[in-house]
Amino acid sequence: MKSYAPIVVVVALLAVVPFIVTSNVVLNFLVMALLIALAGQGWNLLGGYGGQYSFGHAAFFGTGAYVTAILQVRYGINAWLGLFVGIAVGALVGAAIGALSFRWGLRGSYFSLVTLAFAEVLRIVASVAPITGAGVGILIKLDLRPEAFQFQSRAPFYWIAVGLVGLSLVLVRAIEHSRFGAYLAAVRENEAAATALGVDAFAIKLGAMTISAAITAAAGCFYAQYFLFLDAAIAYGPWLSIDALLAPIVGGAGTLFGPLLGALVVKVLGEATKLFTGDAPGLDLVVYGVLLVGVVGLAPRGIAGFVATMTPKRLRLLWPSSLRHG
Amino acid sequence: MLSAVILIPAVLNGLMTGAVYALVALGLTLIYGVLHIINFAHGALLTAAMFAAFFAYTVLGLDPYVALFLLMPVFFVVGYALQRYVIGPAAHGDDRNFLLVTLGLAVVIENALLYAFRADTRTVNLPYAFKVIEIGNMFLAVPRVVAFVAVVAVAAALWLFLQWTATGKAVRAVAKEKLGAELCGIDVAHIYAVTFGLGTACVAVAACLLIPTYYVNPTAGDAFVLIAFTIVVLGGMGSVIGALSAGLFVGVVESLSTIALGESLGQIGIFVMFIVVLLVRPSGLFGERA
Repeated sequence: MKSYAPIVVVVALLAVVPFIVTSNVVLNFLVMALLIALAGQGWNLLGGYGGQYSFGHAAFFGTGAYVTAILQVRYGINAWLGLFVGIAVGALVGAAIGALSFRWGLRGSYFSLVTLAFAEVLRIVASVAPITGAGVGILIKLDLRPEAFQFQSRAPFYWIAVGLVGLSLVLVRAIEHSRFGAYLAAVRENEAAATALGVDAFAIKLGAMTISAAITAAAGCFYAQYFLFLDAAIAYGPWLSIDALLAPIVGGAGTLFGPLLGALVVKVLGEATKLFTGDAPGLDLVVYGVLLVGVVGLAPRGIAGFVATMTPKRLRLLWPSSLRHG
Repeated sequence: MLSAVILIPAVLNGLMTGAVYALVALGLTLIYGVLHIINFAHGALLTAAMFAAFFAYTVLGLDPYVALFLLMPVFFVVGYALQRYVIGPAAHGDDRNFLLVTLGLAVVIENALLYAFRADTRTVNLPYAFKVIEIGNMFLAVPRVVAFVAVVAVAAALWLFLQWTATGKAVRAVAKEKLGAELCGIDVAHIYAVTFGLGTACVAVAACLLIPTYYVNPTAGDAFVLIAFTIVVLGGMGSVIGALSAGLFVGVVESLSTIALGESLGQIGIFVMFIVVLLVRPSGLFGERA
């Protein structure tokens, strides 16, 4: 249980924030950061722990978001139920894309390309299909009751976001300590060697991708309820694919708290840029891009890895070796 | 039914559009063939080159076909410097890092353009943009004919360069066997940068050929680069001949499917083809290995 203590501490610290800060601007900012942390944790499981770099996690985010929204708007199904269905369908999409990609042995750049293409196909389909509201988008009716997963104030939304992030942290920690987690790391380090030792690399990667998609889909479902509006560019747009990989890489890919740390840093930097430059579009994203290149170039293990180099050598051995220099 | 009167011009138009696709893909496949990385910044560089061609015309008054001879070397240097001083050092020789660094560069370039020029769509007005050549009972747009000829010329020049010059031979040596080339005294970092520069120069030429008939905005290059990815995979990653023939093929397919299915579905056709090719035959039609 000792290994879960940091999660409890972090979640508890996050949970008390609304008692200290009541500003909606701050809470809104934190909700967005938590959302990216959640989506990023999904990416982190597959990319950080599994070494499979997806450039199309928007496919899962968008699916979760659209399923939640469509079930409510078109079929009158309760939003809480929609949350679970959205996560399940997101996981299914992940399993389907994973099965196709891994069955044909796609790795490295090929895997990145095919995930990107799937996200784009979904985006184009969503922008023309009538059920998603096509170009107009889909609007969830305002219904401020907790039963409908809508709240008067931001604090409950914030706590739910903290709860989801907490759950994802527990899940990923449990995977870290499981046989599955060890196999996943083995596949990342050397797939051929892992296979030779009897690890079913296909099943392991597929499992990681399914769970990864489910976590990111959860972020999508939450997004739909929080903003109550979706269109193809929001749900399946490349912004989420980039944010979802930027957060864990900045924070430290393949580390438990990497996505959360990275999401906070990235969002703070983005907001700070906006503060300096006003409403001019683009510059905050320029900062993200520079950050991505800079982190990969100067601190390949992210902030978490950078901090680890400051501590005694023995601690360093705990970090995944692929993320170590060279 | 579709008659030859519609079909033949459609095929010819497809070939000419395909030529520009092929040129964008040529840059991409060259970089892949030597560096073994997918350059995710390719589309952003194309957009940047299109802006450069646009401003060369509106500010300096240079015709895009003249600006071509200026932008080609400029973008070669830009590409060289990017690989030598940014991508190479930042990636530490790890393939996954290459992906991330080029993706980061794409985000930087695209959004810097968005910041500088806003999301406005710009076009140039050239006297010959709508001129046509009449052959029999067919009409061919002049800019497309020029583009086709230019692409053939660039491809031939590139082939000659790779075949006969010392640097070209070094590029091919590094593509085949990096360590062996290094042991023979070839400066691999230099060759990598030269290759990246060549790929970027291809994009600059493509931009100058596109600007007379196409628009430019901060995401204009994306449409082409996704098609270029398809072409590169279809033609076999790293295969120059493959990229050229697949480029022409995709151009014709697109032209014919637009007649058959209409505009919006044509876009999906490319992606579906892309995914199917990636899944079924990732080594491409001309590739040697998966």
